[in-house]
Amino acid sequence: MPAPFILDRSSVTQVMAWVLAALLPGIATYVWLFGPGILVTLALATVTALAGEAAMLKARGYPAKPFLFDLSAVVTAWLLALSLPALAPWWLIVTGTLFAIVVAKHLYGGLGQNIFNPAMVGYAVLIVSFPLQMTHWPGPLSLSETPLSLVQSASVIFGGAFPKATLDAVTMATPLDALRTGLLQQLTVDEIMVQPIFGHYGGVGFEWLATAFLLGGLLLWALRIISWQVPLAFLAGIWLAAGFLHFFDAGRFGAPWFHLFAPSVMLGAFFIATDPVSGATTPRGRLIFGFGAGLITIIIRTWGGYPDGVAFAILLMNLCVPLIDQYTQPPVYGEDQRRSKAPPA
Amino acid sequence: MSRELFTFKGGVHPPEHKSESNARPVHASPLPAKLVIPLRQHIGNPAKPVVGVGDRVLKGQMIGAADGYISVAVHASSSGTVTAIGPAAVPHISGLPDECITIETDGLDEWIEHAPLDYQAMAPADLRMRLRDLGLAGLGGAVFPSAVKLGTAQACPTLIINGGECEPWITCDDVLMRHHAAEILQGAAVMRHMLGSTEVVVGIEDNKPEAIAAMQAAARTLDFAVEVVAVPAIYPAGGAKQLIEILTGKQVPSGRLSTDIGIQVFNVGTAHALARAVHHGEPLISRLVTVSGHVLRPQNVEALIGTPILTLIAVAGDRDGTTGVLMGGPMMGMPMPDLAVPVVKATNCLLVQSAHLFPPLPPAMPCIRCTRCADACPAELQPQELFRFAKTGDFGRAQEYHLFDCIECGCCSYVCPSHIPLVDFYRYAKSEIWAREKEKRAADLARERHEFRQFRLEREKKEKAEKLAARAQAKRAELAATPAEGAAPSDADAKKALIAAALARAQAKKADAAPKNIDHLPPGTQREIEDIEARRAKIRELAHKPLESDKKP
Repeated sequence: MPAPFILDRSSVTQVMAWVLAALLPGIATYVWLFGPGILVTLALATVTALAGEAAMLKARGYPAKPFLFDLSAVVTAWLLALSLPALAPWWLIVTGTLFAIVVAKHLYGGLGQNIFNPAMVGYAVLIVSFPLQMTHWPGPLSLSETPLSLVQSASVIFGGAFPKATLDAVTMATPLDALRTGLLQQLTVDEIMVQPIFGHYGGVGFEWLATAFLLGGLLLWALRIISWQVPLAFLAGIWLAAGFLHFFDAGRFGAPWFHLFAPSVMLGAFFIATDPVSGATTPRGRLIFGFGAGLITIIIRTWGGYPDGVAFAILLMNLCVPLIDQYTQPPVYGEDQRRSKAPPA
Repeated sequence: MSRELFTFKGGVHPPEHKSESNARPVHASPLPAKLVIPLRQHIGNPAKPVVGVGDRVLKGQMIGAADGYISVAVHASSSGTVTAIGPAAVPHISGLPDECITIETDGLDEWIEHAPLDYQAMAPADLRMRLRDLGLAGLGGAVFPSAVKLGTAQACPTLIINGGECEPWITCDDVLMRHHAAEILQGAAVMRHMLGSTEVVVGIEDNKPEAIAAMQAAARTLDFAVEVVAVPAIYPAGGAKQLIEILTGKQVPSGRLSTDIGIQVFNVGTAHALARAVHHGEPLISRLVTVSGHVLRPQNVEALIGTPILTLIAVAGDRDGTTGVLMGGPMMGMPMPDLAVPVVKATNCLLVQSAHLFPPLPPAMPCIRCTRCADACPAELQPQELFRFAKTGDFGRAQEYHLFDCIECGCCSYVCPSHIPLVDFYRYAKSEIWAREKEKRAADLARERHEFRQFRLEREKKEKAEKLAARAQAKRAELAATPAEGAAPSDADAKKALIAAALARAQAKKADAAPKNIDHLPPGTQREIEDIEARRAKIRELAHKPLESDKKP
C-alpha cells in the first residue's frame, strides 16, 4: 500500500449529495410557485436514471454498488428534470434521461469520462426532436385559473392524450417564449413586458425560482464544491452581452436583469456549467469557459432558433474544454519569475 | 522582532496526532545483540566497506568509507565484531535487500578515540571531507550528504533551520528542539561559518510552542542573531521549498537549487548532528526516532543506527491488532516489509498501524476532474492532468506538465474524493520515464556503434572500389598509349590485358612471399634450413599416408 495512508473524509457521493441538497431550495420554490408537478418529473427521471445506470454498469462489467451509490446519475436526472417543462409527457422524460445516462455518460466511458454534460445532451436531444412537447410549462400558480394537484399532474404526465383545451389552460408560455414571440410579431420589449407573465425583473414566479437556484449555488460555492470563476463569468457573460445589446436598442433586446433571472441561467451557471467532468479545470480556463457560455446563451436567445440557449451554449463550451485547458495552464511553483528571482548581487 | 510571513499555495491540514508522543521523556533504546548497518543510507554512492568479517570494531569506527563526492561514510554504532558483510533486509520501498555490515555487539559500547574539530581553523575543503567521513547526512528525510550542501560555490546569505515537522504523528524534531536547542544552534553556527550566511532563521510550526520557547531562549545566548519564527501549521510547511516561501516570499526556480537564490535549508536534526560532530568528533551513529500510533507508550527513542525497528517498538510497547509499521509519517512514509530491518539515518518515525487508526483506504473511483488536488498541490501542479497522462502512458505530456516538480507530499491523494492513489501514479510515471531514458541511452549507444560500423564498412568498400577503379584506369591508359596492333583496342582486349596484368601481379606477389634473405647465408644456417625443409617434406608425406587405424575398421 502506497502513501499517503490517511484520507480526507470527502467522497464522490458526498460531493454529489451536496449538489442535490443545494437544489432543494429551488425545488421547494418550484413546488410552491408552480405546483407539485415537478416532483413527479423528478421522481420519474431519478428512477429512469438509476435503472439506466444499473443496466449500463452491468453491460460494461462494472460493479453496481459503488457507482449506483455515487449519486452522479441522480444529479444528472435532477438537472435534466429541472430543465424540462414540469408537465412534459412521461416518455419525453424517460427518453431524455436514458439518452443522458446511456449515450452521453456511459457510451463515452462512464463517470468522469463524458466530454459533454449528460443532462444537457438529454435536453438538447429532446428540444431538437420534440419541440412541441417541450413547451408544456405550467404557468405560475398566481396566474393559473386551475392549479393542478400532485395526482392531476401525474395524470397529465402519464395520461398520454390529454384534452388540448385543458392542457392549454394549465400550460403557459415562459417569459422567454413570450419575449421571443412578441419580438417576432414586431412588438417592442416594453410592449411585450406588459403581459402578466413578466414580473419585477424576470418572469412572475420564474424570478423567484432563479433566486432560489442562486442561493443553492452560493451554498455550493461556500462549501468549495464549485469554484467562483465559472458562475461569475457565466453571469458576467450574460449580463454584458445582454446589456450591450439592450444599451443600443432597448426596444428590440431584453434587459440584462431579465436575461439573468431566467431560471435556466442560474441553474446553468451554478449547477451545470460547474460540472467538473465536462468543464474547464484551470482558473483562467474556467473564466473563459463561463464567459463563453454566457455569451453564446445570449446569442442563441437573440438570433437563434430557440427561445433559450443555455444548454447549447454549455455543450458548445464543453467542446472547447481540452483546448482551453491546454492554453491556460497556470505557472507551477518556481516558474513565476517575479516570485523566484535571484537575490541582488 | 517580527518577520513578515508569506503563504504557499495549497496544502492540507490532516489531524496532527502530535500530543501522543511529544510529552513523554526520551529513552535510549537498549543495545541490541546485533546491529545491521546498511552501506546505502544516503543519497549518492553507497559507502565501501573498510572492515572485514571477524574484525573487532569500536563504537564510532568508520566501517564503510564514502565513495566519491556525493556519498558519506557509515560507522559502527557500538563496539563488537563484524559477522557479515552482504545483502540484508533494509527499510526501502522496494522491499529488496541491500548491502549491509552486521556487527555482533559485545556490550562494552567502547568508543573509538575521537576529538573535537577546530572548524574555524580548518580549510573549508578539509572540514567538508571530515564531515563526510563522520557520516553527516540530512536527517529531515532526504538524507542528502551535508558536506555537499555546505560547500556552495557562492556565499549563501540566508540559512534556514527547518523545525517545521509538518507530518502528522512525528515529533522527533519537536522533542529535539525542546531538549537540545543550544546544540542545534551550535550546529547552525558552524553552518553559518561554512556558508558565509548573514541571516539565520529557524522556522517552526506554531503547534510546537515549547520548542519555539526553548529555541528562542537558546538563541538569546548566542553572539549572532538567530530569528526563531513560528509559522502556521499546514502540511507541508516543513518542505524545504514551502518553508523558504513562507519565510522569504521567494520561490526556488523550477529545476534549480535554493542556493541559486542564496538560501540553504537544514533540518534541526542535521544541525544537532553537526554540532556533535564538530564539538565532540562524534560520527552520526544515533538519532531520535518517534515511535507512535498503535503502541502502549508512544514516545521518542534515542536509537543507534542499525538497531532493529522491532526493538524500538518493544520499547514503546507493542499491542495486539497491529496491521503494519510505517517508516515516516502517514503522508509520505513507507510500509516496512519486515520488523527486523534496521533504523537508518532517515528513520524519523516508526508509525505502528492498526485497523482503527489506519482503516483500509476505500476503493478508487474514476477522476471527476473536481481539481481539489490542484487546489491542494503545494507545487502548484495540475494533478488531475498528470494523473490522466500517467494513466494513459502519455509520459511526454506528463513531463511537459511538470511531473518532475512533484514533491510527492501526498496532498492530492489526501483530498481526492475519488480516493485515487495519485502519488503512486506519479511515482510510476517517473520511474517509467527514467527506465525509458536509460533504455534510450543504451539503444542510442548501440545504434551509434552499429551506424559507425556500417559507415566504416561502407567506407572501406568504397575506398577499395576507388583504388581498383583508379588502377584499371591507369592500366587502360597505359594500353591506350602503347601502339595497337590492329585498330583501337576493344573491350575484350582491354580485359585480356587486365587479366594479364593481374597474373603478372600475382606472380610478383608470389615471388614476394617466397623466402627472402636466402642468399649468402652462413653454412650453418643453410644446413638448418635444409634440415627443416627435410622435416617438412617428411611431415607432408606422413600426412598423405593413410593412418593404420583408418585401414582396419
